[in-house]
Amino acid sequence: MADQPMNDAGGMVEKRGRSLWLTHAMMILGVLVIFFPIWLAFVASTVTQPDIVSPPMPVLPGSHFFENYSRALLAGVNVPVATMMLNSLVMAVGIAIGKIIISLLSAFAIVYFRFPFRGAFFWMIFITLMLPVEVRIVPTYEVIAGFGMLNSYSGLIFPLIASATATFLFRQFFLTIPDELAEAARVDGARPMRFFVDIVVPMSRTNIAALFVILFIYGWNQYLWPLLITTDPSMNTIVMGIRQMFPSGDDIADWPVIMATSILAMIPPVIVVVSMQKLFIRGLVESEK
Amino acid sequence: MATVSLKNVKKRFGSTEVIHGVSADIADGEFIVIVGPSGCGKSTLLRMVAGLETVSEGVVEIDGARVNEKEPMDRDIAMVFQNYALYPHMSVRQNMAYSLKIAGLAKSEIDRKVGEAARLLQLEPYLDRKPKQLSGGQRQRVAMGRAIVREPSVFLFDEPLSNLDAKLRVQMRLEIRQLQAKLGVTALYVTHDQVEAMTMADRMIVMNEGRAEQIGTPLEVYEKPATLFAAQFIGSPAMNVVSGTLEGGQAVLPGGARIACCTAHEGPAAIGIRPEDTHADADGALEMAVDIAEPLGATTLLHGTLYGTEVAFTASLPGVHRMEAGTVLRLAVAPAAIHLFDPETGRRIG
Amino acid sequence: MEKRVTFKGWLLPLALVFPQAFISAVFFFYPAGQAVWQSMFIPDPFGLSSQFVGLGNFEYLFSDPYYRSSFVTTAVFSTLVTVVSMVPALFLAVLADRLVKGAGTYRTLLIWPYAVAPAVAGVLWMFMFNTRVGVVSWYLGQLGYTWNHVLDPNEAMGLVVVASAWGRISYNFLFFYAALQAVPRSLIEAAAIDGARFWRRFFTIVLPMLSPTTFFLLVVNIVYAFFETFGVIHTITSGGPQQATTILVYKVYADGFVGQDLGSSAAQSVVLLVVVGALTVIQFRFIERRVHY
Repeated sequence: MADQPMNDAGGMVEKRGRSLWLTHAMMILGVLVIFFPIWLAFVASTVTQPDIVSPPMPVLPGSHFFENYSRALLAGVNVPVATMMLNSLVMAVGIAIGKIIISLLSAFAIVYFRFPFRGAFFWMIFITLMLPVEVRIVPTYEVIAGFGMLNSYSGLIFPLIASATATFLFRQFFLTIPDELAEAARVDGARPMRFFVDIVVPMSRTNIAALFVILFIYGWNQYLWPLLITTDPSMNTIVMGIRQMFPSGDDIADWPVIMATSILAMIPPVIVVVSMQKLFIRGLVESEK
Repeated sequence: MATVSLKNVKKRFGSTEVIHGVSADIADGEFIVIVGPSGCGKSTLLRMVAGLETVSEGVVEIDGARVNEKEPMDRDIAMVFQNYALYPHMSVRQNMAYSLKIAGLAKSEIDRKVGEAARLLQLEPYLDRKPKQLSGGQRQRVAMGRAIVREPSVFLFDEPLSNLDAKLRVQMRLEIRQLQAKLGVTALYVTHDQVEAMTMADRMIVMNEGRAEQIGTPLEVYEKPATLFAAQFIGSPAMNVVSGTLEGGQAVLPGGARIACCTAHEGPAAIGIRPEDTHADADGALEMAVDIAEPLGATTLLHGTLYGTEVAFTASLPGVHRMEAGTVLRLAVAPAAIHLFDPETGRRIG
Repeated sequence: MEKRVTFKGWLLPLALVFPQAFISAVFFFYPAGQAVWQSMFIPDPFGLSSQFVGLGNFEYLFSDPYYRSSFVTTAVFSTLVTVVSMVPALFLAVLADRLVKGAGTYRTLLIWPYAVAPAVAGVLWMFMFNTRVGVVSWYLGQLGYTWNHVLDPNEAMGLVVVASAWGRISYNFLFFYAALQAVPRSLIEAAAIDGARFWRRFFTIVLPMLSPTTFFLLVVNIVYAFFETFGVIHTITSGGPQQATTILVYKVYADGFVGQDLGSSAAQSVVLLVVVGALTVIQFRFIERRVHY
């Protein structure tokens, strides 16, 4: 987008020289303000506890980067952060893959078949679109507890893949696949599942990737649900585990380790978002349609 | 290689009948063009042969065996679609090999067949490209290649040339015809373009509103159209049809012109005269007032009315003619070139 | 919209939808049904049996001043989050849209906060404003202002609003920027030739063209503020001080898990269901409208 010269909106008449620099300056200022909390957390993760508790803390990184991060990753406060990151990874990938698989299958059924209860099923997933997990936490918690799924990956994952956004997205996409392709596949001798595996899934791969990015972040950033069902610290996810690192009462928090953990908690989703920026933006704009 | 026969085939969508009973027998190796305006049911008919639509009534037979209940893949047919329907994520090679892969052929066998088809269609340099990287004509060839590799008994074409530009269309229609002749495979070809139908068909099925108006060779249909519809659909520019009467072996046109024609019928009739069957003749029976002359080079098209009436008439004369609007011209028509139709049923009467 | 081509059979499609149907039924419809059911009962103090009270829980709920004030808190909170996240985003998007070179770089940098979990954002902002070690609160102290969001309800609200809005600026920026890029250049050029200067063009031409995006973001941000900010509030204020930051979702959690008042929590869930339902309907009606825009 940015490299098309004709896209220069304000520019064609008045934006020359000073005005251009002013725009850049304001933009940089905006970025700095937005970035400041992350920068400060990074600085705090590279200095010592005494540097922090005697304000004002420094604004440039210190020399204790490896010490703080290795302490966080290997020891943590209640449980090593490496363990929490692993839990988060399993949860985020589990939610993303699980949701993509069940949504691909059900969207394929809805679009390419006429079967009993199709309308009822369609309405069923439509309703699940509306209700975030936060609204039904207590009874969902009871279901999980009843199945003995507290402190388990399946307990972390399953309730969060019961939603329909991905199904709708795939349905939308499948409807744009030309009818003739399905007919050609039929003439070529492909039965429905063969058509699904050989044609539909490969054609959906950019959509799948975009959705993976969005769902990975959604899963990684979950807070309330893991807070409820992981009472065992070794099952904590990193995002909810940070809060557990603050001592109760008046003890002073171990700020460098907590801040190192905060940075570690944002690295995977930031990497995913920044490296797959184009896909991510596309997925975002399409899934909200 | 096979025969195809349709026996009173009907198609209903819900309670609406769209094909009202079509019967045709197609010989082995014959090239049949199904032609008609959009919505006439020609594609539906083809799709019933393919097995992509169910047959509501009647029988479709391929090589003498009823196939109504068979899946497309079990009918020994191959189809070329209007938009080619190439799998966008597969290379040319993979597109052509797909049906063979499903059929479980050995890799070496698949490679051999794909290679052969590619050679035949001059697609060898493009085998590893994706459909997106090909021109329209090349995509068309890949779609044909995909059909050939299966060595089917029947080729089905659903308006395969309608997405190409005019020049390429002329070239491809020749290529398709040559290929079919070389392979000797029975072909059913759907188009709305009467030029394609005339140039390609061994026999054509002219369809209108779910009925086969006429089945015959291009020249049969041109020279002896069975119905008014077939008369006006085939031939360019379209046949003039005026309502007149038959009296004592003569056709009486609006404005009073009388043209001799050999028929025993009497009474009102639809009288058809092809523009190219008229010629300038000072003693001609027809008088035409010219509004516009369109010189096409080899011929000149004259648009106007029968003199003294409002009835539109078109004539086509060889050579270049320049004419003022309002010029009155005398034209002669040979008796054999007069087509007569029943004004009620549209059927040919002589 | 329907496909012309379909495959035959009904067993296969039923098998294909089964995983989603099963998971939705067990983890979604059953709990949602339970919430409605439980909202009509009061368990006895020992949890051994419960008594049917019909709409009693709802009556009690709406006569509870804490619950009513939680409604007000939620309204204030979500309005502020929406405004604070949308205005800077629009401003930045307009700036980025003016740039030919570098807009991509700025966009890459600005996306970052979106990837940061609300709970982590809460920790970052809480750290900056911490009464003992916070950098910002320290500098405010130097300026003579004593910051203490632990005690001051307004400061607490301000902090959770800013921390919640922060990551949303990225999200809103992306949508505004995409919408601005989609405004036809010929329209702006025509206005420029008519003599309209930049800001005049912006308010009379560009902003009206952005209205579908703006309305969409309005709804989406309200939904976000309602349901996805739990992590921010839990990490920064835990709903305090004096329940000044207890929004509805936080109260469901606090009453259901901390207070163990299941009947009331279930009734609150049902109320939230109605709220989300209403917001969804608005959103879908809007989407229908947008098609015709």
